[in-house]
Amino acid sequence: MSWLSSLASPRALSKKGILGMNERNIAYISRYNPRRLYPLVDDKLQTKEIAVESGVTVPELIGVIRHQHEIKHLKQLLADQTGFCIKPAQGSGGKGILVITGRNEQRFIKSSGVEVDVSSLERHVSNILAGLFSLGGKNDVAVIESLVHFDPVFSDFSFEGVPDTRVIVFKGFPVMAMMRLPTSASEGKANLHQGAVGVGIDICSGSALKAVQFDRPINKHPDTGKDLFNLQIPQWDRLLELSASCYEMSGLGYLGTDMVLDKHLGPMLLELNARPGLSIQVANGMGLLPRLKQIERLGKKGPTRASDRIAYVKEHFCVPSSVQNKPA
Amino acid sequence: MVSRQPFYLLVFLLFAAGVALVVYRHITFDVPWIPGETRQIWSVEAKVEFDAVGDPILASLAIPSTQRGFTFLNEQAASPGYGLSFTEEESERRAEWSIRNAIGKQELYYRVDMLVDPFAIPSGMSTSPEIQKRIYEEPYASIATAVLERAESRSADHYTLAKELIKELTNLGQESKLLLQHKDAASWTVELLNLLDVPARTVRALKLEDGRRRQPLVDYVQVFKGEQYQLFDPNTADQGQADNLLLWEYHSGALLDLVGGHNSRATFSMIEQELPVNAALSRKYADHDILNFSIDSLPLEEQTLFKGILLIPIGVLVVVLLRILVGLKTSGTFMPVLIAIAFIQTSLLTGMVGFILIVGLGLIMRSYLSHLNLLLVARISAVIIMVIGFIAIFAVIAYKAGLTEGMKITFFPMIILAWTIERMSILWEEEGPREVAKQGGGSLFVAMLAYLVMDNEYVRHIAFNFLGLQLILMAVVLLLGNYTGYRLLELKRFKPLVDESKNT
Repeated sequence: MSWLSSLASPRALSKKGILGMNERNIAYISRYNPRRLYPLVDDKLQTKEIAVESGVTVPELIGVIRHQHEIKHLKQLLADQTGFCIKPAQGSGGKGILVITGRNEQRFIKSSGVEVDVSSLERHVSNILAGLFSLGGKNDVAVIESLVHFDPVFSDFSFEGVPDTRVIVFKGFPVMAMMRLPTSASEGKANLHQGAVGVGIDICSGSALKAVQFDRPINKHPDTGKDLFNLQIPQWDRLLELSASCYEMSGLGYLGTDMVLDKHLGPMLLELNARPGLSIQVANGMGLLPRLKQIERLGKKGPTRASDRIAYVKEHFCVPSSVQNKPA
Repeated sequence: MVSRQPFYLLVFLLFAAGVALVVYRHITFDVPWIPGETRQIWSVEAKVEFDAVGDPILASLAIPSTQRGFTFLNEQAASPGYGLSFTEEESERRAEWSIRNAIGKQELYYRVDMLVDPFAIPSGMSTSPEIQKRIYEEPYASIATAVLERAESRSADHYTLAKELIKELTNLGQESKLLLQHKDAASWTVELLNLLDVPARTVRALKLEDGRRRQPLVDYVQVFKGEQYQLFDPNTADQGQADNLLLWEYHSGALLDLVGGHNSRATFSMIEQELPVNAALSRKYADHDILNFSIDSLPLEEQTLFKGILLIPIGVLVVVLLRILVGLKTSGTFMPVLIAIAFIQTSLLTGMVGFILIVGLGLIMRSYLSHLNLLLVARISAVIIMVIGFIAIFAVIAYKAGLTEGMKITFFPMIILAWTIERMSILWEEEGPREVAKQGGGSLFVAMLAYLVMDNEYVRHIAFNFLGLQLILMAVVLLLGNYTGYRLLELKRFKPLVDESKNT
């Protein structure tokens, strides 16, 4: 049977330490992420507040619109702004995020290049408030924050949109990282299932290990043609430090942190995710389980300070450069 | 970490209780494992005829009740102008007709349905009759004593004594001929047994043969040994009760008591019917019995409602399996189950066409609504009204076109459809038509699978008749909730990871 050969054997997957969705849900998310802490990450406004409190860099907040009647102040609020994005505080999966990259007098230029007027923005905000993008359709608030001036080092690695770095932080240890590069297929979004490129990142050095698009290995960015294996994330240590400190900040044991690199401010936290996906394993070409289990085995004896945890990770989870499968 | 032992114990208990309930019901109530089995029912009609001369008439007919091998289901009596009552005295049931005056030939009818049932629980059958010792004139007294002595010497207990006695009485010798001129063999057997303190009585029975009319009752001798009894044919000395022998009068009473008429006789007609097991059982257990915990004891209308509800856990299990073991995405977790329930009403093809039509049209209309920039609740309400409009229009068009099938489209859950349209519309705007086709197709596929399982004749039979199944389903769902293995689709998704390690 031919379709059988397109399936991996469960034993082979388990031998590679691949974490499956069911095991993630039972053994990690429900065990390490207390339900009561979810609002901290599901509500981007709350995330921002706790991040500011604990000194984690985040994009600057321009304003919050909480009620329909406040929408008429939108024009005034955005009067001096050229680049900003409007997002639902409780949106999921990148839904409802509107990115404005510039102005053409009274009109706003979306990241796709389309110009819209202010009434279109008002409608978007109204949809956000009505709960169109939030889980279960409950009422939401719209958060407007200034656009990240993303570091030009990545400009050749990305098509429109902002590339971001996803780090899985387990009990405060950054265990695996991946960079997500928007492509024309993903329409400028950094979502892997829509066609963004996922680049596995060596947790020690911040350099590329492997790249995939639609779960299949690739070497070059499909739009820019740039060799993906030359990717090196600058200020990697600072980024790891920020990610690791999100554990103390949120209290969540199994956490996905989405980081971006700002030209002026360096790495900053975009959002937290209490249910991070599993594609990071495909991008890295390795399973999460061995690292998660190693950290579970540490128990209470493991290092507690963020810097010690990073040191531990760098000592144990490095991929030797000989193994880094750079193409000839 | 919390110990999982209580959890597994709970699952095991649920499972064991479920299996026990199912098996109990199968054994005690004779509910078959597979549907389509039928049970035999005998409809027996007694016709009482007599001549009336204008006096008040009281006719009392012995009638049967549940007995060894047969369960009483129901009865009816017809006789214009007569008052009718059923009496029961020490488990002896009789039908009594009465009228102030009647002239000429009279016909009274009584009809009973008896279920052939090896598990029948007889009502008051085995009370042995009182011993009545009689004194005979000569020459009968001495002959009877001789016959009795011979039979007794060859016998060991009540039954063998009865058997030998009947043999003596039917051996066509001088003595037996003389005795039989005086009384019939059955009466002699009973009376002589009584002389030796063996309780016995004559019972009147009916040999059941399909389509027979105007049959008489035949006499049998019922011989008791404590609470037990055996039947003997007074003509052949055969012991035991044939499967097709229905006892009609077995309380030492008269078959027919008639006051005010004469020339009476009772004859019997019978037909055999096959009834589906469910119908037969629901009639058997129509009398409320606390121990008999099944939906058969509910009124018919509630039964139909309940049958729909009992199928939902099956559909839910299908969804759980497909999501946890396979990893299929559906729009709205249990929406496919609701769609599947609608399919059961509409049939699969009509349902699929209807669903695609409504959702497709809904998506087109919804795209217009999204330009109107409405608040969410108002927009969904608008979609609901739209969906109802579509359904009404489809139903009318289908009816006018002579497609009565199309009318069934009204069985779709409208609110669910509206939400489906809303979700798919958002999905379309955000992720494009491909994702809509994927999730919509996935939901429809799951709905179809759930429908096929829920509509399966065997599944329905088991679900309706064995409530223990619900406990088993519960145990399975709990176990699945604990499954940490890979999903089928993950095996495909992570395949590249395994391939790589082979290459290096």
